Amino acid sequence: MAKKMQVTLTVNGETRDVLAEPRELLIHTLREQLGITGPHIGCETTHCGACTVDMNGKSVKACTVFVAQADGADITTIEGLGNPDGLHVLQEMFREHHGLQCGFCTPGMITRAHRLLIENPNPTEEEVRFGMAGNLCRCTGYQNIVKAILAAASQMNQKEAAE
Amino acid sequence: MNDMTPSREQRIANLKGMGASRKRVEDVRFTQGKGNYVDDIKLPGMLFGDFVRSPYAHARVKSINTEAAMALPGVIAVLTAADLAPLNLHWMPTLAGDKQMVLADGKVLFQGQEVAFVVATDRYIAADATELVDVEYEELPVVVDPFKALEPEAPVLREDLEGSAEGAHGPRRHHNHIFLWEAGEKEATEQAIDASEVVAEEMVYYHRTHPCPLETCGTVASMDKVNGKLTVYGTFQAPHVVRTVASLLSGIEEHNIRVVSPDIGGGFGNKVGVYPGYVCAIVASIVTGKPVKWIEDRMENLSATAFARDYWMKGRISATKEGRITGLHCHVTADHGAFDACADPTKFPAGFFHICTGSYDIPVAYVGVDGVYTNKAPGGVAYRCSFRVTEAAYFIERMIEVLAIELGMDAAELRRINFICKDQFPYQSALGWEYDSGDYHTAWDKALEAVGYKELRAEQAQRIEDFKAGRTRKLLGIGLTHFTEIVGAGPVKNCDILGMGMFDSCEIRIHPTGSAIARLGTISQGQGHATTFAQIIASETGLPADSITIEEGDTDTAPYGLGTYGSRSTPVAGAATALCGRKIRAKAQMIAAYLLEVHDGDLEWDVDRFVVKGAPERFKTMKEIAYAAYNQAIPGLEPGLEAVSYYDPPNMTYPFGAYIAVMEIDVDTGEHEVRQFYALDDCGTRINPMVIEGQVHGGATEGYAIAMGQEIAYDEIGNVKTGTLMDFFLPTAWETPHYTTDHTETPSPHHPIGAKGVGESPNVGSVPAFSNAVHDAFRAFGLRHSHMPHDHWRIWKIARDLGLHG
Amino acid sequence: MIPSSFEYHRPSDLAAAIGLLAEHGDEARVIAGGHSLIPLMKMRMAGATHLVDLQGLGDLKRITVSADGISIGAMVTQAELIAHEGLAAAVPLLREAALQIADPQVRNLGTVGGNVANGDPGNDMPGLMQCLGATFTLEGPDGSRDVAAREFYHGAYVTARADDEILTHIRFAPPAGGYAYEKQKRKIGDYATAAAAVLLTRNGGTVASASVAMTNLSDVPVWSQAAGEALAGSDCGDEAVRSAVTAMLADIDPQQDNRGPVEFKRHVAGVMLARAISRAWSRA
Repeated sequence: MAKKMQVTLTVNGETRDVLAEPRELLIHTLREQLGITGPHIGCETTHCGACTVDMNGKSVKACTVFVAQADGADITTIEGLGNPDGLHVLQEMFREHHGLQCGFCTPGMITRAHRLLIENPNPTEEEVRFGMAGNLCRCTGYQNIVKAILAAASQMNQKEAAE
Repeated sequence: MNDMTPSREQRIANLKGMGASRKRVEDVRFTQGKGNYVDDIKLPGMLFGDFVRSPYAHARVKSINTEAAMALPGVIAVLTAADLAPLNLHWMPTLAGDKQMVLADGKVLFQGQEVAFVVATDRYIAADATELVDVEYEELPVVVDPFKALEPEAPVLREDLEGSAEGAHGPRRHHNHIFLWEAGEKEATEQAIDASEVVAEEMVYYHRTHPCPLETCGTVASMDKVNGKLTVYGTFQAPHVVRTVASLLSGIEEHNIRVVSPDIGGGFGNKVGVYPGYVCAIVASIVTGKPVKWIEDRMENLSATAFARDYWMKGRISATKEGRITGLHCHVTADHGAFDACADPTKFPAGFFHICTGSYDIPVAYVGVDGVYTNKAPGGVAYRCSFRVTEAAYFIERMIEVLAIELGMDAAELRRINFICKDQFPYQSALGWEYDSGDYHTAWDKALEAVGYKELRAEQAQRIEDFKAGRTRKLLGIGLTHFTEIVGAGPVKNCDILGMGMFDSCEIRIHPTGSAIARLGTISQGQGHATTFAQIIASETGLPADSITIEEGDTDTAPYGLGTYGSRSTPVAGAATALCGRKIRAKAQMIAAYLLEVHDGDLEWDVDRFVVKGAPERFKTMKEIAYAAYNQAIPGLEPGLEAVSYYDPPNMTYPFGAYIAVMEIDVDTGEHEVRQFYALDDCGTRINPMVIEGQVHGGATEGYAIAMGQEIAYDEIGNVKTGTLMDFFLPTAWETPHYTTDHTETPSPHHPIGAKGVGESPNVGSVPAFSNAVHDAFRAFGLRHSHMPHDHWRIWKIARDLGLHG
Repeated sequence: MIPSSFEYHRPSDLAAAIGLLAEHGDEARVIAGGHSLIPLMKMRMAGATHLVDLQGLGDLKRITVSADGISIGAMVTQAELIAHEGLAAAVPLLREAALQIADPQVRNLGTVGGNVANGDPGNDMPGLMQCLGATFTLEGPDGSRDVAAREFYHGAYVTARADDEILTHIRFAPPAGGYAYEKQKRKIGDYATAAAAVLLTRNGGTVASASVAMTNLSDVPVWSQAAGEALAGSDCGDEAVRSAVTAMLADIDPQQDNRGPVEFKRHVAGVMLARAISRAWSRA
């Protein structure tokens, strides 16, 4: 076992110091050391996207990042998107359009969709499907997920136009 | 009564009862990452378990040396079969009447089999320690082909059964034979077929695949040595059965075991069975006195737990030259892997495969299923399927297509003239089922009309001409399916799991202020039970669904039930819920009668209240009645308002549907594009249309994956070739087709609310629809049948074998 | 899936990185985005006692585009490569191809350098770099050397790079003419069943020059000189395409795997190449 190292992460706006072996996977650090259990572990080989988090402004799969690599990173998880008093519009639209069933892929799915809409605020259906290709869902068949993301984009754009 | 009284319509809408597309109550939590899945559970002092698994498909275990592993700091224990044997836990019973090794006892029988269980202070150390366990193997000859397994000289796989000529389901005729299970009339069927004008024969293989929910299986077992209580959290689709099994295996009295299914990240049949990981975690917790977590990784999930299908179905179907079917004969060679761990009701070793006469009025039929051992993982679970119904539907829907070719008929018309007619229900099938209700012709006509079937056939004819003239390299396939499911297992007189009758249950407690909690014996894995069961109660009791909490999965609080799989929650637990609601209402009626000072019979039910007949201004709402139940001393009535119901269904339910897939196929690359997918489902009474549509989308996507690429493949020495999601096909949003859903509504006559269940229909129906589309594209060029999955190279091979590559 | 343990190093300059490799010899491995290496480490099919993370080497994150040549730093991610407008204008082939690699999250971390350096025959960038006639710059304890992409690959995971060298830059001349990357895959994000990269220049109705490279059809990427030659001077008609395909088929050596048998892969390789030629020609 290698020596543990101190790693500093900014998670959902809060700076957190953790002591971890370099080999510890970021997903385990988040889930087990920091108690952030929204991102899940589905496939462990970068295929399913259940572990998707935002790292330094980019969507990444936390199952395939060593915590050592993430030292100094700014990370946003599903827990950083809404709050108990108010859902993020994406969360709201996933509910409205039945874009989830078992809920296991949902945190990764919404976290990815959140970044996608920042990168492309007005996507076509095809762009949503292409942009979400790193996230697997076994329950919904995606149709309602795509609908939810398009609806969220539309609401966010309307809100922006109104402001 | 005053002007403020809401209208009847408003009161109905306010309930969000049956028929409403109620938004899911689960989603607020799930969308915020606040679900609570088994790997989210963290108990003080928790240890982690990890398996040493066999790299070989068949080998003798000569020795296991755990010294180096035990020497690693942080390793608490390494369990082997030798440690479990004194507890008699080195083997465990399977759901199918067989037994299965928990840890390798002298030999291993499939790649990935559990050999030793390492327990350590964290999962990294546990993983490191598995590498340090030194296992010496002596390789043995491997059998992965079920036909070769039955050859006289085939190696003996199950030495523990050597010499036993009788299995759990009758005589075994070979050392690798498990059972022969039969239904129908063999001789009469053969005679009818032999005497027929037209006979079509085909071997239809439904390949081995896997349910692969996004969350793998796992457990946290926690033995509290002070009070003698064992708590087991886990991915259990049937928590109560797990408690009973855990009690029988461990000797711990059942009241001292609490099994909890937390949120489950998809099940699809993967989480019905009991796996060695559960047993080892429990034993490890008992031994160490600490909580032990075991979570399998994806490779372990795909290679060791719960395969599905793997049925070789040899069929003969006969008809008059006008196309009236005269008989159906089927022999199945069923590859069960190393142990018979199929998740079927005890008396049905081939599940409900004998629903394979499908939607058709077939006068005589026979089915024989031979179960066979091979050096593959055990399982045989119902992957979004009611016990081999997917196999049955695929078989009959392929046989119909092959018969249509033999007859030179349009396959839609062939189906139409053979459908069971509406007035034949309840219908006795040749294989022994009583179909409850159906209206197949109406559904079929609606489906053909919706997709523009005639125009599609015209377009296809033109396409064939264009292809022959060299103007295109793409073919058009129209895949038809009319399926009949059998779900809602099942009547206790013939359906049980390990002796437990397949009833289900609901307990409702109405609180004084008119809100409620209901607990059921089922467990949601994404089906939205917290939403839909509240809708049933709302309609039955007149309390708004929004004020009803649904709780499942904790055996300390929920009434005993057999769990959620096989589309049984709505047909069985849904019925229990409705009946339980009616018990509540019956007592409420007595309370209302007391309050209104009338006889019970003078009251009538109106949405959310009892009204005095002929005096509409005199009523008591359910909310008022609830309060009265707790604050009034009513002569002859106990205080309180609660009830419990256990429902033993009198029959199965028989949902059906018409699915049509339209597919473009690139002859040169084997690639495809699903241009259109239409799904009409008739699941009887519809509780929540939004949830039903979601189930159809999801099930059809699973079906798409299975038909077009998903498989668990082995090489000839038993290595799993599809162990990660790189090779095991799960479609993304990019590949997944767009779905159009539709419905007809033919309620079940024997079900309290007429609901039939829908979760599995889309998997059952879509696989043959996609597969038939592929076959249909090549029909004009002489294709009869080609095995799934229809991935690129297999479609390409069809084209090559038909000479379409020039 | 838990990797074995290792010591982690994050050097802030190239010299320090090379020094670490020299110090730890074959116990050390370089990690860029890690999206090839980490999955292998998690399956314990690859290991390293010392992991040298190159993310601190800012010089390796640069893309420069000029008329003289294009340089891509090894630590440029696929996403950055796709997003770079200057690069896309100069070499549209790369954006077209990179969009067919993996998925958005993986492209955010997976680097071009990692993709070319690790020698996985399934990777797309090696064939593309061979098609472009790129040169890889390797820095080691004895200084810097350049190796042509077409000379770099010796076998699956076996390349011209020595253990103590780091692939730092990829350089090539901006290509002229038409381009296409045709990739058949089982699903989005998958490695190629067969893929063809084609660059073509046109002289009136004639192909002036052509470069053809194939991916995942041998244990190394295959730059088919003969296929290019079959096209050069032709009218790019059916017969020329057939000759190019025939020539290419003599150069590839696909193996059977879950994507299909050899015969299928050879057929699809031909289809991909024919389609790539046709599209490149239409853009030339």
